[in-house]
Amino acid sequence: MSQPLAVKTENLGRIYKIRNNRKEKQRELLALEKVNLEIREGELFGLLGPNGAGKTTLIKILTTLLSPTSGRAWVAGFDVTQQPAEVRKRINMVSGGETSGYGLLTVRENLWMFAQFYGIPSDEANRRIKALAEIVGIADRLNTKSSDLSTGLRQKMNIIRGFLTDPEVLFLDEPTLGLDVGASRDVRSFIRRWMDENPHRTLLLTTHYMVEAEELCDRVAIINQGRVLACDTPSRLKQNLHHEIFFQVWVVAPRLLDEYSFLQINGVKHFHQFPEEDSLRLEITLEEEGALSEVINELTVQSARILRLEKREPTLEDVFVQLVGQRMEEVENVALPAN
Amino acid sequence: MKGILMQKSVNLRSFLTASWLGWQIESNWTDPFLFATYSIIKPVAGAAILVLMYSIVTQGNFESPVFAYLYLGNAFYQYVPAVLTGVSWTIIEDREHYRTLKYIYTAPVNIPFYLFGRAVAKFIVGTFGVVITIAAGVLFLNVPLDWSQVNWPLFLLTLVLGIIMLAVSGLILAGITLKTARHSYYIGDVVAGGLFLFTGAIFPLEVLPVWLRPVGYLLPITYWLELIRRSLVGAVAEAFPTFTTLSNGDLLLILAASSLAFGIASIFIFRSCDHQARERGLIDQTTNY
Ligand SMILES: Nc1ncnc2c1ncn2[C@@H]1O[C@H](COP(=O)(O)OP(=O)(O)OP(=O)(O)O)[C@@H](O)[C@H]1O
Ligand SMILES: [Mg+2]
Repeated sequence: MSQPLAVKTENLGRIYKIRNNRKEKQRELLALEKVNLEIREGELFGLLGPNGAGKTTLIKILTTLLSPTSGRAWVAGFDVTQQPAEVRKRINMVSGGETSGYGLLTVRENLWMFAQFYGIPSDEANRRIKALAEIVGIADRLNTKSSDLSTGLRQKMNIIRGFLTDPEVLFLDEPTLGLDVGASRDVRSFIRRWMDENPHRTLLLTTHYMVEAEELCDRVAIINQGRVLACDTPSRLKQNLHHEIFFQVWVVAPRLLDEYSFLQINGVKHFHQFPEEDSLRLEITLEEEGALSEVINELTVQSARILRLEKREPTLEDVFVQLVGQRMEEVENVALPAN
Repeated sequence: MKGILMQKSVNLRSFLTASWLGWQIESNWTDPFLFATYSIIKPVAGAAILVLMYSIVTQGNFESPVFAYLYLGNAFYQYVPAVLTGVSWTIIEDREHYRTLKYIYTAPVNIPFYLFGRAVAKFIVGTFGVVITIAAGVLFLNVPLDWSQVNWPLFLLTLVLGIIMLAVSGLILAGITLKTARHSYYIGDVVAGGLFLFTGAIFPLEVLPVWLRPVGYLLPITYWLELIRRSLVGAVAEAFPTFTTLSNGDLLLILAASSLAFGIASIFIFRSCDHQARERGLIDQTTNY
């Protein structure tokens, strides 16, 4: 028998109608297009994509905050538009990078109150609050008014709020956005632990950090401009790249390199350069190892001095490049339509 | 059966938890003295202005039943903005200020019951204002209130019915607020202020031009205020013109029926606004003032 599905979407689509002012004509923005996903119970599923890809839009639809404009979606077996109340009993959601909460309540009161909505008895709620606060590292702040917390701590409070109700399906929208490196690591390891504790839990998280998707998720869907481009385990996604070889090269050069002449070399598939503090970082993808010598030649021609050269394993970023033809940062830097 | 019980417990939980939260917010005055002053001065000052105007217009005729009519009407009308705002304001507060509306929405919460719960604290503060106003009237202004003449059962029944009617009407405003994201900050007060003149709060409907009177006759608030007055100052109230032909029972029936009609309409309107808000993605949209 097949495993039950925690989330299923069928040709899910969302169009936003936008009008900047009364005079202007309404424009349509395609935020999601024909999204078909099946997330099994017990999976830690990642949605990876650049800014504006449609990740939050998808989460909003699945958490009953937003109606789709086409297609259907089910969470824990219930239709999100037809049976929102059933869905809400079984889910919880946290958005990263925001400071929501009742500032005049203490951290404990904020969390206790949300537990009340889910019908968790007070004792049990307080026990869970304490345990989660220990793990996330805000146990000493439970009696602080939440308005007195730093942004990062408020976000931790919010993360606890999500786990507190032990939902069947938990949605985390960029949970580590705005957290420092250490806190992000803590949150990630907690997420993994929480999933391992109970095989019936399902978690859908969105991120635009490659590492997060790569080290955390059982399966990843890569999404760009509202469309799911690929969906598989991180290792299988990368397997498609087995015939490609990745080099990272740091050079010192008098000016930015002429990318075109590198791409002219036989066997060079992608060439990207990123200025760093005292050097240029080059991301080079080759179709055959032999092309490397010509690349080095060309570097000399362009007066670039090599500091370091590494062959590296493919990452999900490379998968993204293969699918979209651009690196994620580049997609994000493209000026969005004025609004 | 089990489903119904569970739904009941969701509603009750939503209501009680929201009441707790509402009270935490409402009672969060850093200075209790300021709070007390505000909730005494505002209602008393409002009543004082009215009394002053009345005494100028009637050259100090405080014996006329019209005085009791307007004084009590004004006092109890305080519940209208308190409850209407109490129910609808929460949408703005949670969405814009605390940014929690989406988390409330995605929780197993019955939103109307949640909104009613949040309004309880405003109702309590409103009650404080009403009591103060009545006390000031009886003590200093000879409002003819004879405690032994009060029809308590009628008064309590009317009060409860009226508060429910106002709370449910508040859902209409909550729905509009949900849908309009902007510019609905004071919708509760604005609507309450607008209806003040049409509900016979301070003067009988006969004073209005004929073509405006039906507005008053359609609003349950009009019958509610009349019943409140009759329950408190029955003998005096018989001299009030508008509903002389109707008995208390008639009025109660009309109040109940019109409240029911309003209630059903409110629920439909709220549902439809809620639906549209989700279609347009407004539940978590902040306007960033
Ligand atoms: N309420 C809205 N009205 C109009 N357009 C919207 C609205 N919300 C999102 N969009 C647009 O829809 C597209 C997808 O947005 P969405 O927030 O889902 O992306 P995202 O993948 O979550 O991006 P990010 O990484 O920046 O959070 C974007 O182009 C965005 O500008
Ligand atoms: Mg997003």
